[in-house]
Amino acid sequence: MIQYNKVEKSPVELTKKDFVSDQMVKWCPGCGAHAILAAVGNVFPKIGYRKENFAMVSGIGCSSRFPYYVDTFGFHGIHGKAAAIASGLKIANPGLSVWVATGDGDSMAIGGNHFIHVLRRNVDINILLFNNQIYGLTKGQFSPTTPLGMKTKTSPHGTIEHPFTVSGLVLGAQGTFFARVPDNNVKLMTEVLYEAAKHNGTAVVEILQNCIIFADKVHEMVTNKETREDRQLFLKHGEPMIFGKNRDKGIILNGTQLEVVEIGKNGINEDDLLVHDMYARNPSIHRMTGWMKAPDFPVAMGVIRAAPAETFDELTEQQIEEAQKDSKIRNMNDLLRSGNTWEIS
Amino acid sequence: MTKIQEVIELEDVVVKFVGDSGDGMQLTGTIFSDVAALAGNDLATFPDFPAEIRAPHNTIAGVSGFQMHMGSRKIYTPGDMCDVIVAMNPASLKANLKWAKPGATLLIDSSTFDEKAIGKAGYTESPLEDGSLAEYRVIQAPVTDLTKESLEDLGVDKRLAERTKNMFVLGMMFYLFDREISSPLDFIKKKFRDKPKVVKANQHAMQAGYKYAEQFVDIKLHVAPAPLKKGLYRNITGNVATAWGLLAAAERSGRPFFLGSYPITPATEILMELSAQKSLGAKVFQAEDEIAGICSAIGASFAGSMGVTTTSGPGLSLKSEALGLAVITELPLVIVNVQRAGPSTGMPTKSEQSDLMQALFGRNGESPLMVMAASSPANCFDYAYLAGKYAMEHMTPVILLTDGYLGFGSELFKIPDVNDLPSIKPPMADPNDPNFKPYRRDEKTLVRKWAAPGVEGLRHRVGGLEKTNIDGNVSTDPLNHQLMVNIREEKISRIADYIPLQEVTGDKEGELLVVGWGGTEGALASTVNRMQGEGYKISHAQFNYIKPLPKNTREVLSSYKKVIVCELNGGQFVNYLRMQFPDIPLHQYNKVQGLPFHIQELTETFIKLLEE
Repeated sequence: MIQYNKVEKSPVELTKKDFVSDQMVKWCPGCGAHAILAAVGNVFPKIGYRKENFAMVSGIGCSSRFPYYVDTFGFHGIHGKAAAIASGLKIANPGLSVWVATGDGDSMAIGGNHFIHVLRRNVDINILLFNNQIYGLTKGQFSPTTPLGMKTKTSPHGTIEHPFTVSGLVLGAQGTFFARVPDNNVKLMTEVLYEAAKHNGTAVVEILQNCIIFADKVHEMVTNKETREDRQLFLKHGEPMIFGKNRDKGIILNGTQLEVVEIGKNGINEDDLLVHDMYARNPSIHRMTGWMKAPDFPVAMGVIRAAPAETFDELTEQQIEEAQKDSKIRNMNDLLRSGNTWEIS
Repeated sequence: MTKIQEVIELEDVVVKFVGDSGDGMQLTGTIFSDVAALAGNDLATFPDFPAEIRAPHNTIAGVSGFQMHMGSRKIYTPGDMCDVIVAMNPASLKANLKWAKPGATLLIDSSTFDEKAIGKAGYTESPLEDGSLAEYRVIQAPVTDLTKESLEDLGVDKRLAERTKNMFVLGMMFYLFDREISSPLDFIKKKFRDKPKVVKANQHAMQAGYKYAEQFVDIKLHVAPAPLKKGLYRNITGNVATAWGLLAAAERSGRPFFLGSYPITPATEILMELSAQKSLGAKVFQAEDEIAGICSAIGASFAGSMGVTTTSGPGLSLKSEALGLAVITELPLVIVNVQRAGPSTGMPTKSEQSDLMQALFGRNGESPLMVMAASSPANCFDYAYLAGKYAMEHMTPVILLTDGYLGFGSELFKIPDVNDLPSIKPPMADPNDPNFKPYRRDEKTLVRKWAAPGVEGLRHRVGGLEKTNIDGNVSTDPLNHQLMVNIREEKISRIADYIPLQEVTGDKEGELLVVGWGGTEGALASTVNRMQGEGYKISHAQFNYIKPLPKNTREVLSSYKKVIVCELNGGQFVNYLRMQFPDIPLHQYNKVQGLPFHIQELTETFIKLLEE
């Protein structure tokens, strides 16, 4: 359930239309970002907060034009710094629902430091991470998630860098919420964004986004609608990890490794499969499921981790409340007159 | 009992306590200063500690010092040369003797002058025996041994006994300066209230020192009370004053306080002080780096809080890009730069004024903002307060320049009533204002409204991309950009209507005007003051407002035959003035040694210029 004590509930029912801004959307036709905007349009009214209490923050890049297209409060920041700006915004006013739109370059290259630290602190913000594995707005240079060997404008001979696996970075930084969705599944994206909003803490939603101009079809192997049943594992909390067109494949834990199995073969039945527990505090299984890569494994989609933990903004409020309970210093005049003072007459 | 042979009456005295890093010189100096303040002296202090946390024992690198200047007259600076030096070991004597005035009094703990320590300090022979201190008045006492002896009956362990030697020496100093010791004894009681054993040992040692001095010290130095204005006082460092001024501005404005900051010498104390003020609702965010410090503060400003970030030179470099963001979004933001010697890491614990050009121009694009400077430890409170006021009322980032010398230094602070400070009225947008537009401006000030998320009917978007005036839509229109560039500059220029005119001490026209800005005020004012007393035609103007400059700046600079601009940098303010007043000839005096100006060098420079 969404907690309306944290962010005020809207007194009237809102619709998708309420969140459409008067600005022209200038992403390329066919860009995956349009789907993300649609999902956000679906989910904001569903979350049910007052319209004024939503704030969108972004950095630089194609993703970061997002705030202009949503009729909320918006702040278009500078390269890589959205997480830091959003942290200040949320800590200053915990009554806001703060959303960050960022890309793979923005959050994991130039903004890498801010990204890992917002996760570590668990500030209650939601991060939409548009992962198109390329620098789009600067026209086609490789990013921290570009696959090894891929030829781009700045890697004409292929990249020689190992890419980040986003889930690995998020969970390594002790992120409490991580979800993954392909850009061509708006229904799942809407569900996942709702879960992100519900989560108390930093929620990262990685969107496998297609850049039609500079990295077309980078996610094709996974996201292709024809084969996606076999290449994607749709995680549901409390349910066994089953996938495949015929729902006949699953994931088991064999020793310390995950393994793809066929249900009904070699004595394997549904009871042997791993059951998804997104609320587990221990991230080990989340790391392994997040790490699964095609073609050997299906790629995990949906909410991989939603572990409960205290948030930075709540703890800030708590410390202030406690200090105010105990302290004799209630205003500046008290502080100025505290300690060693003397009167000269 | 030795009879007192001499009571020397002094108008002002510079005292320096020096010892090994672990000898407690900062505490000793602080207690001594507090007692001087209670006795009615005006004073200024400055700690001189090593960059290392605990350098090797008894070495020059490990020497820690605390200098204080007290007087029966107005005290402007912690002083140049010392009248009294208290040296707790050979290394501290060796490192500081160069700061002793001829004939200065040296109080020395002779028990530490063993062969090993003498050698470590770089002496070949004990200076207590080789006659090299003949021109000074030396009071040597085996302080460490005497302290241990005095505590024998208390059953205090050896380590604690050794560590209270600073209190023994303090007791001697209180006798020497004719102070009564009930208040420092009380202070010890409060300071160590959870450790009764420590209280007892320290009090006992202080009393023993006092008694010892009664017997063996044959002079007394007396400093009469200064004619201070009536009121409630405290001693305050520039960094604490800065922190409190910022908090006071938030309180008066009614806006919540937010600090985003990253530890950096010599600004860290501001962050530490503000972290301790949660009961006032101060939200303090120790960020992962300087950039996140300022960016979180910008986020908080957008949220409607008074956003602040504090740093020192290299940190300001890192914040440059975000400063531009605050400029273009026209959000209030206070950036405190406690300047230190650069470039790069430079000399972190040494003071300089070399970030002025960076503050004025260190950003991409035409990126004007307000620049101010505090000029004494206590007025860091006033200028921090005013930086908050101008930032919020004029919707602009304001860089407040202080420096390590101000930040670490302390002086007496007449405690104000916060309700008597100038009012602060941020231009908050009204909920559901049908006329609200992000860049609609007040005609007179060109200031836009502050519209915080959460307030009904004010949804809007701002950001780093150029926007159309009034509507705030993204725009690359050439004429709109020109318009916005002009407006942003003009908005800052118009703040000149709201700042005071530049004051001059001394004749309003004449032979020579000494110009300074920020932290050099003490040295320049005391030099000019002294020279005026000697009949020189010399005046002084210390600038606290750098951008915009006070409206009468041209008039002030052109009213003297000669003007000399003195700065602890290569000539940044003088060149800034030359940009704006190319027709006014300006002399300059610059020093970049990580040291403050000394009165002697300034006096010589000014006399030479007057005689030219």
